[in-house]
Amino acid sequence: MKGMALKKATRDAYGEALVELGKTNPKIVVLDADLSQSTKTVGFAREFPDRFIQVGIAEQDLIGTAAGLALAGKIPFASTFAVFAAGRAYDQIRNTVAYAGLNVKIAATHAGVTVGEDGGSHQMLEDVALMRAIPGMTVIVPADGIEAAAAVKAVAEYTGPVYLRMGRGAWPLIFDEAYEFRMGKATLIEDGDAATIIACGIMVSQALEAAKLLKSHGIQVRVLDMATVKPIDTEAIVKAAQETGAIVTAEEHNILGGLGGAVAEVLVETHPVPMERVGVKDVFGRSGRPDELLKHYGLTPEAIVTAIQKVIARKA
Amino acid sequence: MASCKQQKIEALSGQARVLRQRVIEMLGESGSGHPGGSLSAADIMAVLYWHEMRVDPSRPDWPERDRFILSKGHAAPILYACLAEKGYFPVDDLLTLRKLNSHLQGHPDMKQTPGVEASTGSLGQGLSIANGMALAAKLDGGEYRVYALLGDGELEEGMVWEAVMTSSHYNLDNLVAIVDYNKLQIDGDVREVMGITDVARRFRSFGWVAIDIDGHDIGQIISALNLARGTKGQPTVIVAHTVKGKGVSFMENQVGWHGSAPSPEQVEQALAELAGGKE
Ligand SMILES: Cc1ncc(C[n+]2csc(CCOP(=O)(O)OP(=O)(O)O)c2C)c(N)n1
Ligand SMILES: [Mg+2]
Repeated sequence: MKGMALKKATRDAYGEALVELGKTNPKIVVLDADLSQSTKTVGFAREFPDRFIQVGIAEQDLIGTAAGLALAGKIPFASTFAVFAAGRAYDQIRNTVAYAGLNVKIAATHAGVTVGEDGGSHQMLEDVALMRAIPGMTVIVPADGIEAAAAVKAVAEYTGPVYLRMGRGAWPLIFDEAYEFRMGKATLIEDGDAATIIACGIMVSQALEAAKLLKSHGIQVRVLDMATVKPIDTEAIVKAAQETGAIVTAEEHNILGGLGGAVAEVLVETHPVPMERVGVKDVFGRSGRPDELLKHYGLTPEAIVTAIQKVIARKA
Repeated sequence: MASCKQQKIEALSGQARVLRQRVIEMLGESGSGHPGGSLSAADIMAVLYWHEMRVDPSRPDWPERDRFILSKGHAAPILYACLAEKGYFPVDDLLTLRKLNSHLQGHPDMKQTPGVEASTGSLGQGLSIANGMALAAKLDGGEYRVYALLGDGELEEGMVWEAVMTSSHYNLDNLVAIVDYNKLQIDGDVREVMGITDVARRFRSFGWVAIDIDGHDIGQIISALNLARGTKGQPTVIVAHTVKGKGVSFMENQVGWHGSAPSPEQVEQALAELAGGKE
């Protein structure tokens, strides 16, 4: 584990990982829809121009073309902002890619409110819910740059549709280079027995900050990085419920249908314990600085601490 | 007569200059946003709001008003500059662009800003909205006209062409599409990214009347809008050949100025150029 000094955006890690993959695997092709500088596919485009397909501002065409490439044996990574990938191209993802179980990797960047000033039209808060509801879709939300790079490699080796959700801003590195990403497995980052925080994406950083604050109050919580939201690590959730007796989820997403929903679904059918969900409370985003917006929407370590206090109080 | 027209053109071009200044001031203050496509549309917007459209800023919901849809929603600064200068809200509000709690969102939000007719920002959707409004005008016997401004890169969205078919199928002669043909999108030249050429011919093949003009020539913009007004039974598209970043020398034709804000020094230089009337 790192000293939380270095920062990196998951989209930057994605761009670099693509270039590495491109060197060793000639089947990798990358598609973009006029956002290659922002999604960071531009590095791959420079290195392997023949294997980079620019479709212009046409997200539905982006996914459909990726489907065709997959059918012809390529491993396509299709990138645009999360709002246009999961939103605009939902039907192409559902009916053309997932229904057929095609090997298309949808690498979406600029998810969540930390998009910032562009505002609510660009802050995707429903993509995990949309993608999670599609049969056979794998949904991965890496916590930092190291995990993002590792996930990109894992996803390339896996056969089947994947939605990879990444962010715009640079966040502290949580893991070090030795970190091994296991698709479908939660990663225990901090252990404790008072309660468990299950988080994904940038909210893992916030959860670790919350754990620190709680520790100063003598409360030791477990922190699980649930990077694979689907298929979710049921075992780790049940174990956390049994061993810590209370759970808080934290995600940069609507509280409906995302990580919190997925964890709740597991808990109610296995080992119900007091639970709180930290997330955006069923509203759209708005313009502002990312740090201001995290505060505005209650996506802070403090909000997680409050939720932990609530679930602990509700413990029998 | 001729001098009267000349006066009008000068007034509108002065108005466009003010709009450009506002855009630069706003973006300098916000520190993010889209100058290139705001500046390229300034002359078109000045003619629409100060000459062509029947609107009443004191009654933004007046049923008979003409409608303007900014399909290329990222050019919100130029729309906000128009609305403020028309009096829909105080000009001072412009300096709150993109800030937390401002009603001026990064992309147009009709629920927050008076005068914004539709929420946009996801490209390719504005012409469909405009079609809906134009159809409603026909159903209700309304006299109002509908104007939609599209980007040239935006034409790559398939939904634009679905809407293009609808407009002509329903003979929407009360609708005008204007393409801000500034030749640039984010990843480069529109002709290199996706072969966006012969825009007028493409629209014609879908049953539209199409006119190519210099989108910085006020007289040509006025004439094209007049021609559209006189056209019966068909929608009209004005393909406005423009320069992205127009009016600020260091922004002109620079793809990098699509979506980045000027520094304080650059704001100063840009405002000096605009004040000097350098075009
Ligand atoms: C559906 C959708 N895809 C992608 C984007 C991101 N985006 C914003 S502006 C832009 C380029 C627009 O180019 P153009 O239409 O030529 O606009 P202009 O040059 O007038 O700024 C892109 C890809 C978006 N806003 N909406
Ligand atoms: Mg353009």
